[in-house]
Amino acid sequence: MSEITRDEVAHLARLARLALADEELAGLAAQLHVILGAVARVSEVAGADVPATSHAVRLDNVTRPDVVTPSLDRDCVLAMAPAAEDGRFRVPRILDEQS
Amino acid sequence: MTDLTRLTADQLAAAIAARDTSATEVAQAHLDRIAAVDGDVHAFLHVDAEGALEQARRVDAGELTGPLAGVPLALKDLLCTKGVPTTAGSRILAGWCPPYDATVTARLKAAGVVILGKTNLDEFAMGSSTEHSAYGPTHNPWDLTRIPGGSGGGSSAAVAAFQAPLAIGTDTGGSIRQPAAVTGTVGVKPTYGGVSRYGLIAFSSSLDQAGPCARTVLDAALLHEVVAGHDPRDSTSIDAPVPPVVAAARQGALGDLSGVRVGVVKELSGEGYEPGVQERFAEAVALLQDLGATVTEVSCPYFDYALAAYYLIAPAEASSNLARFDAVRYGLRVGDDGVHSLDEVTALTRGQGFGAEVKRRIILGTYALSSGYYDAYYGSAQKVRTLITRDFEAAFARTDVLVAPTCPTVAFPLGAKLADPLAMYRQDVASIPANLYGGPAMSLPAGLSEGLPVGLQIMAPTLKDDRLYRVGAAMETAYLDRWGGPLLAQAPELVAS
Repeated sequence: MSEITRDEVAHLARLARLALADEELAGLAAQLHVILGAVARVSEVAGADVPATSHAVRLDNVTRPDVVTPSLDRDCVLAMAPAAEDGRFRVPRILDEQS
Repeated sequence: MTDLTRLTADQLAAAIAARDTSATEVAQAHLDRIAAVDGDVHAFLHVDAEGALEQARRVDAGELTGPLAGVPLALKDLLCTKGVPTTAGSRILAGWCPPYDATVTARLKAAGVVILGKTNLDEFAMGSSTEHSAYGPTHNPWDLTRIPGGSGGGSSAAVAAFQAPLAIGTDTGGSIRQPAAVTGTVGVKPTYGGVSRYGLIAFSSSLDQAGPCARTVLDAALLHEVVAGHDPRDSTSIDAPVPPVVAAARQGALGDLSGVRVGVVKELSGEGYEPGVQERFAEAVALLQDLGATVTEVSCPYFDYALAAYYLIAPAEASSNLARFDAVRYGLRVGDDGVHSLDEVTALTRGQGFGAEVKRRIILGTYALSSGYYDAYYGSAQKVRTLITRDFEAAFARTDVLVAPTCPTVAFPLGAKLADPLAMYRQDVASIPANLYGGPAMSLPAGLSEGLPVGLQIMAPTLKDDRLYRVGAAMETAYLDRWGGPLLAQAPELVAS
Protein backbone atom coordinates (compact mmCIF):
# COMPACT_ATOMS: atom_id res chain seq x y z
CA MET A 1 0.00 0.00 0.00
CA SER A 2 1.13 3.55 -0.65
CA GLU A 3 2.88 5.62 1.97
CA ILE A 4 0.72 7.81 4.25
CA THR A 5 2.16 11.29 4.19
CA ARG A 6 2.50 13.76 7.00
CA ASP A 7 0.16 16.09 5.09
CA GLU A 8 -2.49 13.39 4.87
CA VAL A 9 -2.33 12.91 8.64
CA ALA A 10 -2.58 16.67 9.09
CA HIS A 11 -5.73 16.65 6.94
CA LEU A 12 -7.23 13.81 9.01
CA ALA A 13 -6.34 15.69 12.19
CA ARG A 14 -8.17 18.77 10.90
CA LEU A 15 -11.24 16.65 10.11
CA ALA A 16 -11.08 15.13 13.60
CA ARG A 17 -10.47 18.51 15.34
CA LEU A 18 -7.17 17.38 16.81
CA ALA A 19 -4.34 19.90 17.19
CA LEU A 20 -1.21 17.77 16.79
CA ALA A 21 2.42 18.79 17.15
CA ASP A 22 4.78 18.28 14.19
CA GLU A 23 6.48 15.29 15.75
CA GLU A 24 3.09 13.70 16.44
CA LEU A 25 2.14 14.07 12.77
CA ALA A 26 5.34 12.41 11.62
CA GLY A 27 5.03 9.58 14.15
CA LEU A 28 1.40 8.91 13.28
CA ALA A 29 2.16 8.85 9.54
CA ALA A 30 4.69 6.07 10.06
CA GLN A 31 2.42 4.13 12.47
CA LEU A 32 -0.65 4.51 10.29
CA HIS A 33 1.27 3.03 7.37
CA VAL A 34 2.16 -0.07 9.39
CA ILE A 35 -1.31 -0.49 10.92
CA LEU A 36 -3.15 -0.01 7.63
CA GLY A 37 -0.77 -2.50 6.01
CA ALA A 38 -1.88 -5.07 8.60
CA VAL A 39 -5.62 -4.40 8.51
CA ALA A 40 -6.00 -3.98 4.72
CA ARG A 41 -6.33 -7.77 4.40
CA VAL A 42 -10.03 -7.50 5.24
CA SER A 43 -10.62 -6.70 1.55
CA GLU A 44 -9.19 -10.14 0.56
CA VAL A 45 -12.35 -11.93 1.72
CA ALA A 46 -14.99 -9.19 1.57
CA GLY A 47 -16.67 -10.24 -1.66
CA ALA A 48 -19.56 -8.38 -3.26
CA ASP A 49 -21.90 -11.25 -2.26
CA VAL A 50 -21.21 -10.82 1.49
CA PRO A 51 -23.66 -8.53 3.32
CA ALA A 52 -22.28 -6.12 5.91
CA THR A 53 -23.01 -6.53 9.62
CA SER A 54 -23.19 -3.25 11.52
CA HIS A 55 -24.46 -4.68 14.77
CA ALA A 56 -24.02 -7.89 16.70
CA VAL A 57 -27.61 -8.55 17.67
CA ARG A 58 -30.35 -7.78 15.19
CA LEU A 59 -32.99 -5.56 16.76
CA ASP A 60 -35.93 -3.67 15.34
CA ASN A 61 -36.35 0.03 15.91
CA VAL A 62 -37.10 0.79 19.52
CA THR A 63 -39.62 3.47 20.40
CA ARG A 64 -41.18 4.72 23.61
CA PRO A 65 -44.42 6.54 24.38
CA ASP A 66 -44.17 10.27 23.64
CA VAL A 67 -44.58 11.47 27.21
CA VAL A 68 -42.59 14.03 29.13
CA THR A 69 -40.25 12.56 31.74
CA PRO A 70 -37.86 14.39 34.08
CA SER A 71 -34.50 15.29 32.60
CA LEU A 72 -31.22 16.19 34.32
CA ASP A 73 -31.22 19.21 36.60
CA ARG A 74 -29.87 22.23 34.68
CA ASP A 75 -27.67 23.63 37.45
CA CYS A 76 -26.24 20.19 38.10
CA VAL A 77 -25.28 19.80 34.43
CA LEU A 78 -23.87 23.32 34.08
CA ALA A 79 -21.81 22.87 37.23
CA MET A 80 -19.61 20.46 35.29
CA ALA A 81 -19.29 22.60 32.15
CA PRO A 82 -15.93 24.22 31.36
CA ALA A 83 -17.74 27.59 31.26
CA ALA A 84 -21.35 28.61 31.91
CA GLU A 85 -23.17 31.93 31.95
CA ASP A 86 -26.79 32.93 32.50
CA GLY A 87 -27.93 29.29 32.76
CA ARG A 88 -26.27 28.31 29.49
CA PHE A 89 -23.03 26.78 28.22
CA ARG A 90 -20.65 29.58 27.35
CA VAL A 91 -18.75 28.85 24.13
CA PRO A 92 -15.82 30.57 22.40
CA ARG A 93 -16.76 32.81 19.47
CA ILE A 94 -18.00 30.95 16.40
CA LEU A 95 -18.25 33.97 14.07
CA ASP A 96 -15.61 36.56 13.31
CA GLU A 97 -16.95 39.76 14.91
CA GLN A 98 -14.94 41.89 12.48
CA SER A 99 -16.77 40.63 9.37
CA MET B 1 -10.11 -13.96 63.15
CA THR B 2 -11.14 -14.49 59.53
CA ASP B 3 -9.57 -12.13 57.02
CA LEU B 4 -12.72 -10.71 55.44
CA THR B 5 -10.86 -9.76 52.27
CA ARG B 6 -10.12 -13.44 51.52
CA LEU B 7 -13.76 -14.53 51.44
CA THR B 8 -15.79 -14.90 48.27
CA ALA B 9 -18.69 -12.57 47.52
CA ASP B 10 -21.08 -15.45 48.14
CA GLN B 11 -19.54 -16.13 51.57
CA LEU B 12 -19.51 -12.44 52.49
CA ALA B 13 -23.15 -11.97 51.56
CA ALA B 14 -24.13 -15.01 53.63
CA ALA B 15 -22.08 -13.84 56.64
CA ILE B 16 -23.62 -10.36 56.47
CA ALA B 17 -27.16 -11.72 56.08
CA ALA B 18 -26.59 -14.04 59.08
CA ARG B 19 -25.17 -11.06 61.04
CA ASP B 20 -21.91 -12.96 61.62
CA THR B 21 -20.28 -9.76 60.45
CA SER B 22 -21.59 -6.42 59.23
CA ALA B 23 -21.44 -4.71 55.85
CA THR B 24 -19.60 -1.88 57.60
CA GLU B 25 -16.89 -4.21 58.92
CA VAL B 26 -16.55 -5.79 55.49
CA ALA B 27 -16.30 -2.41 53.76
CA GLN B 28 -13.73 -1.17 56.29
CA ALA B 29 -11.61 -4.31 55.88
CA HIS B 30 -11.45 -3.74 52.13
CA LEU B 31 -10.77 -0.02 52.48
CA ASP B 32 -7.90 -0.92 54.84
CA ARG B 33 -6.56 -3.42 52.32
CA ILE B 34 -6.71 -0.77 49.58
CA ALA B 35 -4.85 1.68 51.83
CA ALA B 36 -2.21 -0.97 52.50
CA VAL B 37 -1.48 -2.25 48.98
CA ASP B 38 -2.80 0.18 46.38
CA GLY B 39 0.30 2.33 46.56
CA ASP B 40 2.02 -0.60 44.81
CA VAL B 41 -0.85 -1.97 42.69
CA HIS B 42 -2.53 1.31 41.67
CA ALA B 43 -5.79 -0.40 40.78
CA PHE B 44 -7.88 2.60 41.90
CA LEU B 45 -8.16 6.08 40.44
CA HIS B 46 -10.57 7.17 43.16
CA VAL B 47 -11.55 5.57 46.47
CA ASP B 48 -14.96 6.63 47.77
CA ALA B 49 -14.65 5.62 51.43
CA GLU B 50 -17.46 7.90 52.53
CA GLY B 51 -19.92 6.61 49.92
CA ALA B 52 -18.93 3.01 50.60
CA LEU B 53 -19.44 3.29 54.36
CA GLU B 54 -22.78 5.07 53.92
CA GLN B 55 -24.00 2.30 51.59
CA ALA B 56 -22.75 -0.32 54.09
CA ARG B 57 -24.64 1.46 56.86
CA ARG B 58 -27.85 1.24 54.82
CA VAL B 59 -27.34 -2.49 54.33
CA ASP B 60 -26.70 -2.96 58.04
CA ALA B 61 -29.88 -0.97 58.77
CA GLY B 62 -31.84 -3.41 56.62
CA GLU B 63 -32.73 -0.81 54.01
CA LEU B 64 -31.13 -2.78 51.17
CA THR B 65 -31.25 -6.55 50.72
CA GLY B 66 -30.39 -9.07 48.04
CA PRO B 67 -27.94 -11.84 47.15
CA LEU B 68 -24.98 -9.43 47.14
CA ALA B 69 -26.11 -6.89 49.75
CA GLY B 70 -23.11 -5.53 51.62
CA VAL B 71 -20.53 -7.02 49.25
CA PRO B 72 -17.82 -4.55 48.16
CA LEU B 73 -17.09 -3.91 44.48
CA ALA B 74 -14.60 -1.97 42.39
CA LEU B 75 -16.14 -0.15 39.42
CA LYS B 76 -14.27 0.52 36.19
CA ASP B 77 -13.90 4.26 35.76
CA LEU B 78 -15.71 4.14 32.42
CA LEU B 79 -19.11 3.88 34.13
CA CYS B 80 -20.80 7.02 35.38
CA THR B 81 -21.26 7.49 39.12
CA LYS B 82 -23.38 10.45 40.20
CA GLY B 83 -21.30 12.99 42.06
CA VAL B 84 -18.22 10.74 42.10
CA PRO B 85 -15.32 11.44 39.71
CA THR B 86 -15.45 9.55 36.41
CA THR B 87 -12.44 10.03 34.15
CA ALA B 88 -12.39 7.18 31.59
CA GLY B 89 -8.65 7.21 32.33
CA SER B 90 -8.39 10.42 30.33
CA ARG B 91 -7.03 13.84 31.09
CA ILE B 92 -9.92 15.32 29.12
CA LEU B 93 -12.33 14.23 31.89
CA ALA B 94 -10.11 15.03 34.88
CA GLY B 95 -12.31 16.18 37.76
CA TRP B 96 -15.60 15.46 35.98
CA CYS B 97 -18.41 14.27 38.27
CA PRO B 98 -21.34 12.89 36.27
CA PRO B 99 -24.81 14.30 37.03
CA TYR B 100 -26.30 10.79 36.75
CA ASP B 101 -25.61 7.11 37.44
CA ALA B 102 -25.05 4.53 34.72
CA THR B 103 -27.74 1.84 34.79
CA VAL B 104 -25.09 -0.63 35.97
CA THR B 105 -24.19 1.72 38.83
CA ALA B 106 -27.84 2.24 39.75
CA ARG B 107 -28.53 -1.51 39.80
CA LEU B 108 -25.49 -2.16 41.98
CA LYS B 109 -26.60 0.49 44.46
CA ALA B 110 -30.18 -0.78 44.54
CA ALA B 111 -28.88 -4.31 45.21
CA GLY B 112 -26.94 -3.10 48.27
CA VAL B 113 -23.55 -3.63 46.63
CA VAL B 114 -20.93 -1.39 48.24
CA ILE B 115 -18.96 0.53 45.58
CA LEU B 116 -15.46 1.10 46.99
CA GLY B 117 -14.22 3.29 44.18
CA LYS B 118 -13.30 3.62 40.52
CA THR B 119 -10.64 1.52 38.84
CA ASN B 120 -7.87 2.36 36.41
CA LEU B 121 -8.06 1.62 32.70
CA ASP B 122 -6.44 2.43 29.41
CA GLU B 123 -7.79 5.79 28.28
CA PHE B 124 -11.35 5.30 27.00
CA ALA B 125 -10.71 1.54 27.27
CA MET B 126 -8.29 1.60 24.36
CA GLY B 127 -5.42 -0.72 25.21
CA SER B 128 -4.37 -4.06 26.64
CA SER B 129 -2.11 -3.05 29.53
CA THR B 130 -3.50 0.06 31.38
CA GLU B 131 -0.30 1.79 30.27
CA HIS B 132 -2.44 4.14 28.19
CA SER B 133 -4.13 5.54 31.31
CA ALA B 134 -3.45 9.25 31.77
CA TYR B 135 -2.97 8.49 35.47
CA GLY B 136 -0.19 5.90 35.27
CA PRO B 137 -0.35 2.12 34.88
CA THR B 138 -1.77 -0.51 37.23
CA HIS B 139 0.68 -3.20 38.33
CA ASN B 140 -0.03 -6.93 38.19
CA PRO B 141 -0.36 -8.32 41.76
CA TRP B 142 1.49 -11.50 40.63
CA ASP B 143 4.53 -9.44 39.61
CA LEU B 144 4.46 -5.70 40.11
CA THR B 145 6.83 -5.14 37.17
CA ARG B 146 4.27 -6.60 34.75
CA ILE B 147 1.06 -5.40 33.12
CA PRO B 148 -2.32 -6.36 34.65
CA GLY B 149 -3.89 -6.55 31.19
CA GLY B 150 -6.23 -3.98 29.74
CA SER B 151 -8.17 -2.08 29.32
CA GLY B 152 -9.77 -3.18 32.62
CA GLY B 153 -6.48 -3.92 34.39
CA GLY B 154 -7.56 -1.93 37.44
CA SER B 155 -10.71 -3.98 37.96
CA SER B 156 -8.98 -7.35 37.61
CA ALA B 157 -5.96 -6.31 39.67
CA ALA B 158 -8.25 -5.08 42.47
CA VAL B 159 -9.91 -8.49 42.57
CA ALA B 160 -6.60 -10.39 42.34
CA ALA B 161 -5.04 -8.21 45.10
CA PHE B 162 -8.00 -8.88 47.46
CA GLN B 163 -8.93 -5.20 47.44
CA ALA B 164 -12.45 -6.20 46.36
CA PRO B 165 -14.12 -9.58 45.83
CA LEU B 166 -15.99 -8.23 42.80
CA ALA B 167 -15.45 -5.68 40.06
CA ILE B 168 -17.17 -4.45 36.95
CA GLY B 169 -15.24 -4.29 33.70
CA THR B 170 -16.15 -3.49 30.12
CA ASP B 171 -15.17 -5.58 27.12
CA THR B 172 -14.96 -4.20 23.58
CA GLY B 173 -12.21 -6.50 22.26
CA GLY B 174 -11.22 -8.43 25.38
CA SER B 175 -10.91 -5.79 28.09
CA ILE B 176 -12.58 -7.98 30.74
CA ARG B 177 -11.18 -11.35 29.64
CA GLN B 178 -7.52 -10.58 28.93
CA PRO B 179 -7.02 -8.83 32.32
CA ALA B 180 -8.78 -11.79 33.98
CA ALA B 181 -6.43 -14.18 32.19
CA VAL B 182 -3.21 -12.43 33.18
CA THR B 183 -4.26 -11.83 36.82
CA GLY B 184 -5.61 -15.33 37.53
CA THR B 185 -9.22 -14.19 37.99
CA VAL B 186 -12.61 -14.80 36.34
CA GLY B 187 -14.06 -12.34 33.83
CA VAL B 188 -17.17 -12.53 31.68
CA LYS B 189 -18.26 -10.56 28.64
CA PRO B 190 -22.02 -11.12 28.55
CA THR B 191 -23.99 -11.37 25.31
CA TYR B 192 -23.97 -7.96 23.60
CA GLY B 193 -27.15 -6.23 24.76
CA GLY B 194 -27.34 -8.30 27.93
CA VAL B 195 -26.14 -5.47 30.18
CA SER B 196 -27.25 -1.88 29.63
CA ARG B 197 -24.75 0.55 28.10
CA TYR B 198 -26.60 3.60 29.53
CA GLY B 199 -23.98 5.66 31.34
CA LEU B 200 -21.10 3.56 29.99
CA ILE B 201 -18.82 6.08 28.28
CA ALA B 202 -18.85 4.92 24.66
CA PHE B 203 -15.76 3.62 22.87
CA SER B 204 -17.17 1.35 20.14
CA SER B 205 -20.91 1.21 20.58
CA SER B 206 -21.57 -1.91 18.53
CA LEU B 207 -19.05 -3.87 20.61
CA ASP B 208 -18.93 -2.37 24.15
CA GLN B 209 -20.35 -4.57 26.89
CA ALA B 210 -19.99 -4.36 30.68
CA GLY B 211 -19.64 -7.51 32.73
CA PRO B 212 -18.46 -9.14 35.97
CA CYS B 213 -14.93 -9.71 37.34
CA ALA B 214 -14.54 -12.03 40.33
CA ARG B 215 -12.37 -14.68 41.95
CA THR B 216 -14.90 -17.50 41.45
CA VAL B 217 -17.35 -18.47 38.73
CA LEU B 218 -20.28 -18.41 41.15
CA ASP B 219 -19.40 -14.88 42.30
CA ALA B 220 -19.27 -13.72 38.68
CA ALA B 221 -22.70 -15.28 38.11
CA LEU B 222 -24.20 -13.56 41.16
CA LEU B 223 -22.91 -10.21 39.91
CA HIS B 224 -24.03 -10.95 36.34
CA GLU B 225 -27.61 -11.39 37.55
CA VAL B 226 -27.53 -8.12 39.48
CA VAL B 227 -26.42 -5.95 36.56
CA ALA B 228 -28.00 -7.72 33.56
CA GLY B 229 -31.47 -7.27 32.13
CA HIS B 230 -33.47 -5.05 29.82
CA ASP B 231 -33.13 -1.28 30.12
CA PRO B 232 -35.39 1.03 28.11
CA ARG B 233 -32.64 3.68 28.27
CA ASP B 234 -30.39 1.58 25.99
CA SER B 235 -32.01 0.92 22.61
CA THR B 236 -29.65 -2.02 22.01
CA SER B 237 -30.59 -3.67 25.30
CA ILE B 238 -32.15 -7.08 24.73
CA ASP B 239 -35.74 -7.40 25.96
CA ALA B 240 -35.51 -11.01 27.10
CA PRO B 241 -35.10 -12.80 30.43
CA VAL B 242 -31.56 -12.87 31.87
CA PRO B 243 -30.03 -16.32 31.25
CA PRO B 244 -30.06 -18.42 34.48
CA VAL B 245 -26.35 -18.01 35.15
CA VAL B 246 -26.38 -18.57 38.92
CA ALA B 247 -28.28 -21.85 38.59
CA ALA B 248 -25.88 -22.88 35.82
CA ALA B 249 -22.84 -22.12 38.00
CA ARG B 250 -24.28 -24.17 40.86
CA GLN B 251 -25.05 -27.05 38.50
CA GLY B 252 -21.60 -26.88 36.92
CA ALA B 253 -19.90 -26.96 40.31
CA LEU B 254 -21.13 -30.55 40.68
CA GLY B 255 -18.43 -31.35 38.12
CA ASP B 256 -20.35 -33.31 35.52
CA LEU B 257 -20.23 -32.20 31.88
CA SER B 258 -21.74 -35.35 30.38
CA GLY B 259 -23.45 -34.57 27.11
CA VAL B 260 -21.80 -31.16 26.70
CA ARG B 261 -20.23 -30.73 23.24
CA VAL B 262 -17.07 -28.64 23.29
CA GLY B 263 -15.34 -27.33 20.17
CA VAL B 264 -11.64 -26.46 20.12
CA VAL B 265 -11.08 -23.59 17.68
CA LYS B 266 -8.24 -24.60 15.36
CA GLU B 267 -7.44 -21.03 14.32
CA LEU B 268 -6.90 -19.81 17.90
CA SER B 269 -3.63 -21.68 18.45
CA GLY B 270 -0.19 -22.13 16.99
CA GLU B 271 2.07 -19.29 15.94
CA GLY B 272 2.14 -16.40 18.41
CA TYR B 273 0.78 -18.48 21.33
CA GLU B 274 3.44 -19.04 23.98
CA PRO B 275 4.34 -22.71 24.62
CA GLY B 276 3.27 -22.43 28.28
CA VAL B 277 -0.12 -21.06 27.22
CA GLN B 278 -0.55 -23.93 24.75
CA GLU B 279 0.40 -26.50 27.40
CA ARG B 280 -2.14 -25.17 29.93
CA PHE B 281 -4.76 -25.12 27.18
CA ALA B 282 -4.05 -28.74 26.19
CA GLU B 283 -4.45 -29.74 29.86
CA ALA B 284 -7.76 -27.87 30.02
CA VAL B 285 -9.05 -29.76 26.99
CA ALA B 286 -8.05 -33.08 28.60
CA LEU B 287 -9.80 -32.00 31.81
CA LEU B 288 -13.00 -31.20 29.89
CA GLN B 289 -12.96 -34.76 28.56
CA ASP B 290 -12.36 -36.13 32.07
CA LEU B 291 -15.49 -34.26 33.18
CA GLY B 292 -17.53 -36.05 30.53
CA ALA B 293 -17.62 -33.46 27.74
CA THR B 294 -17.15 -34.56 24.14
CA VAL B 295 -14.43 -32.52 22.50
CA THR B 296 -14.00 -31.96 18.77
CA GLU B 297 -11.88 -29.62 16.73
CA VAL B 298 -13.75 -26.95 14.77
CA SER B 299 -12.44 -24.64 12.09
CA CYS B 300 -13.44 -20.99 11.96
CA PRO B 301 -11.36 -19.81 8.99
CA TYR B 302 -12.44 -16.18 9.09
CA PHE B 303 -11.20 -15.75 12.68
CA ASP B 304 -7.83 -15.08 11.01
CA TYR B 305 -9.32 -11.78 9.82
CA ALA B 306 -10.96 -10.78 13.11
CA LEU B 307 -8.09 -8.66 14.43
CA ALA B 308 -7.91 -6.68 11.18
CA ALA B 309 -11.68 -6.13 11.09
CA TYR B 310 -11.73 -5.07 14.74
CA TYR B 311 -8.95 -2.51 14.32
CA LEU B 312 -11.03 -0.83 11.62
CA ILE B 313 -14.51 -1.07 13.17
CA ALA B 314 -13.53 -0.07 16.72
CA PRO B 315 -11.42 2.99 15.73
CA ALA B 316 -14.09 4.07 13.23
CA GLU B 317 -16.77 4.00 15.91
CA ALA B 318 -14.40 5.60 18.42
CA SER B 319 -13.57 8.49 16.11
CA SER B 320 -17.29 9.20 15.89
CA ASN B 321 -18.09 8.62 19.58
CA LEU B 322 -15.23 10.76 20.86
CA ALA B 323 -16.44 13.72 18.80
CA ARG B 324 -18.59 14.52 21.85
CA PHE B 325 -15.48 15.76 23.67
CA ASP B 326 -15.72 19.22 22.15
CA ALA B 327 -14.77 21.38 25.17
CA VAL B 328 -18.31 22.75 25.46
CA ARG B 329 -20.42 20.65 27.79
CA TYR B 330 -17.97 18.87 30.07
CA GLY B 331 -14.31 18.26 30.72
CA LEU B 332 -11.21 20.14 29.76
CA ARG B 333 -11.13 23.41 27.79
CA VAL B 334 -7.82 24.75 26.47
CA GLY B 335 -7.09 28.05 24.71
CA ASP B 336 -10.33 29.89 25.54
CA ASP B 337 -8.64 33.31 25.56
CA GLY B 338 -11.10 35.37 23.55
CA VAL B 339 -8.84 35.08 20.49
CA HIS B 340 -9.12 31.43 19.51
CA SER B 341 -12.33 30.37 17.74
CA LEU B 342 -14.54 27.49 18.91
CA ASP B 343 -12.97 25.17 16.31
CA GLU B 344 -9.49 26.09 17.50
CA VAL B 345 -10.40 25.67 21.15
CA THR B 346 -11.91 22.27 20.37
CA ALA B 347 -8.78 21.14 18.49
CA LEU B 348 -6.40 22.47 21.17
CA THR B 349 -8.43 20.82 23.93
CA ARG B 350 -8.52 17.46 22.17
CA GLY B 351 -4.83 17.71 21.27
CA GLN B 352 -3.90 18.19 24.92
CA GLY B 353 -6.68 16.16 26.52
CA PHE B 354 -6.26 12.89 24.60
CA GLY B 355 -3.25 10.57 24.93
CA ALA B 356 -1.22 8.93 22.16
CA GLU B 357 -3.31 5.76 21.73
CA VAL B 358 -6.61 7.63 21.60
CA LYS B 359 -5.22 10.04 19.00
CA ARG B 360 -3.89 7.10 16.98
CA ARG B 361 -7.31 5.46 16.92
CA ILE B 362 -9.16 8.67 16.12
CA ILE B 363 -6.86 9.26 13.14
CA LEU B 364 -7.11 5.62 12.04
CA GLY B 365 -10.90 5.67 12.36
CA THR B 366 -11.20 8.96 10.54
CA TYR B 367 -9.10 7.50 7.72
CA ALA B 368 -11.17 4.29 7.56
CA LEU B 369 -14.37 6.31 7.25
CA SER B 370 -12.98 8.77 4.68
CA SER B 371 -14.54 9.11 1.28
CA GLY B 372 -12.55 6.96 -1.14
CA TYR B 373 -11.35 4.54 1.56
CA TYR B 374 -14.66 3.68 3.23
CA ASP B 375 -15.50 0.63 1.08
CA ALA B 376 -12.00 -0.85 1.17
CA TYR B 377 -11.61 -0.50 4.93
CA TYR B 378 -14.75 0.03 7.02
CA GLY B 379 -17.10 -1.59 4.49
CA SER B 380 -14.87 -4.66 4.13
CA ALA B 381 -14.47 -4.95 7.89
CA GLN B 382 -18.25 -5.06 8.30
CA LYS B 383 -18.42 -7.88 5.75
CA VAL B 384 -15.76 -9.79 7.67
CA ARG B 385 -17.99 -9.39 10.70
CA THR B 386 -20.69 -11.28 8.81
CA LEU B 387 -18.22 -14.03 7.86
CA ILE B 388 -17.08 -14.40 11.49
CA THR B 389 -20.69 -14.61 12.65
CA ARG B 390 -21.26 -17.39 10.09
CA ASP B 391 -18.19 -19.22 11.43
CA PHE B 392 -19.65 -19.09 14.93
CA GLU B 393 -23.08 -20.22 13.76
CA ALA B 394 -21.61 -23.16 11.84
CA ALA B 395 -19.50 -24.16 14.86
CA PHE B 396 -22.45 -23.89 17.26
CA ALA B 397 -24.56 -26.07 14.97
CA ARG B 398 -22.50 -29.01 16.25
CA THR B 399 -21.11 -27.79 19.58
CA ASP B 400 -22.50 -26.16 22.72
CA VAL B 401 -19.45 -24.07 23.60
CA LEU B 402 -16.11 -23.25 22.01
CA VAL B 403 -12.81 -23.06 23.90
CA ALA B 404 -9.47 -21.38 23.23
CA PRO B 405 -6.74 -19.64 25.16
CA THR B 406 -7.99 -16.21 26.30
CA CYS B 407 -4.76 -14.50 25.37
CA PRO B 408 -1.64 -15.70 23.53
CA THR B 409 0.81 -14.72 26.28
CA VAL B 410 1.19 -14.36 30.02
CA ALA B 411 1.54 -10.85 31.49
CA PHE B 412 4.44 -9.07 29.81
CA PRO B 413 6.73 -6.52 31.48
CA LEU B 414 5.46 -2.94 31.70
CA GLY B 415 6.79 -0.96 28.75
CA ALA B 416 7.55 -4.02 26.59
CA LYS B 417 5.00 -3.28 23.85
CA LEU B 418 4.44 0.46 24.18
CA ALA B 419 6.55 1.33 21.14
CA ASP B 420 4.82 -1.21 18.90
CA PRO B 421 1.03 -0.67 18.66
CA LEU B 422 0.50 -3.75 16.48
CA ALA B 423 2.20 -6.03 19.00
CA MET B 424 -0.12 -4.61 21.68
CA TYR B 425 -3.16 -5.15 19.43
CA ARG B 426 -2.21 -8.83 18.99
CA GLN B 427 -2.97 -9.40 22.71
CA ASP B 428 -6.63 -9.38 21.64
CA VAL B 429 -6.35 -11.91 18.81
CA ALA B 430 -8.29 -14.66 20.62
CA SER B 431 -10.82 -12.47 22.42
CA ILE B 432 -11.99 -10.28 19.52
CA PRO B 433 -14.03 -12.86 17.56
CA ALA B 434 -16.67 -13.06 20.33
CA ASN B 435 -17.07 -9.27 20.33
CA LEU B 436 -17.59 -9.13 16.56
CA TYR B 437 -20.16 -11.94 16.80
CA GLY B 438 -21.82 -10.60 19.96
CA GLY B 439 -21.86 -13.86 21.90
CA PRO B 440 -20.87 -14.26 25.55
CA ALA B 441 -17.37 -15.36 26.58
CA MET B 442 -15.60 -16.11 29.86
CA SER B 443 -11.99 -16.33 30.96
CA LEU B 444 -11.08 -18.42 33.98
CA PRO B 445 -7.73 -19.39 35.51
CA ALA B 446 -6.16 -22.46 33.87
CA GLY B 447 -2.87 -22.61 35.76
CA LEU B 448 0.53 -20.97 35.55
CA SER B 449 3.25 -20.62 32.97
CA GLU B 450 6.59 -19.28 34.18
CA GLY B 451 4.87 -18.50 37.49
CA LEU B 452 2.21 -16.30 35.82
CA PRO B 453 -1.49 -17.00 35.22
CA VAL B 454 -2.90 -18.38 31.97
CA GLY B 455 -6.57 -18.00 31.01
CA LEU B 456 -8.97 -20.50 29.47
CA GLN B 457 -11.64 -18.89 27.31
CA ILE B 458 -15.11 -20.35 26.87
CA MET B 459 -17.44 -18.92 24.20
CA ALA B 460 -21.16 -19.61 23.77
CA PRO B 461 -23.98 -18.67 21.37
CA THR B 462 -25.73 -15.35 21.92
CA LEU B 463 -28.10 -15.40 24.91
CA LYS B 464 -26.65 -18.72 26.12
CA ASP B 465 -24.49 -17.08 28.79
CA ASP B 466 -25.52 -19.81 31.24
CA ARG B 467 -23.44 -22.36 29.30
CA LEU B 468 -20.26 -20.43 30.13
CA TYR B 469 -21.06 -20.66 33.81
CA ARG B 470 -21.90 -24.36 33.77
CA VAL B 471 -18.71 -25.32 31.95
CA GLY B 472 -16.61 -22.74 33.81
CA ALA B 473 -17.80 -23.86 37.25
CA ALA B 474 -17.15 -27.51 36.41
CA MET B 475 -13.60 -26.66 35.31
CA GLU B 476 -13.08 -24.56 38.43
CA THR B 477 -14.14 -27.45 40.68
CA ALA B 478 -11.73 -29.78 38.88
CA TYR B 479 -8.89 -27.26 39.11
CA LEU B 480 -9.49 -26.64 42.84
CA ASP B 481 -9.07 -30.36 43.37
CA ARG B 482 -5.96 -30.51 41.21
CA TRP B 483 -4.29 -27.42 42.70
CA GLY B 484 -5.43 -28.05 46.28
CA GLY B 485 -7.06 -24.62 46.38
CA PRO B 486 -7.60 -21.53 44.24
CA LEU B 487 -4.84 -20.39 41.90
CA LEU B 488 -4.65 -17.02 43.65
CA ALA B 489 -3.45 -18.80 46.80
CA GLN B 490 -0.18 -19.27 44.88
CA ALA B 491 0.22 -15.52 44.23
CA PRO B 492 3.01 -13.79 46.14
CA GLU B 493 1.90 -11.97 49.28
CA LEU B 494 1.71 -8.21 48.76
CA VAL B 495 3.47 -6.38 51.54
CA ALA B 496 1.94 -3.18 52.82
CA SER B 497 4.00 -0.31 51.49
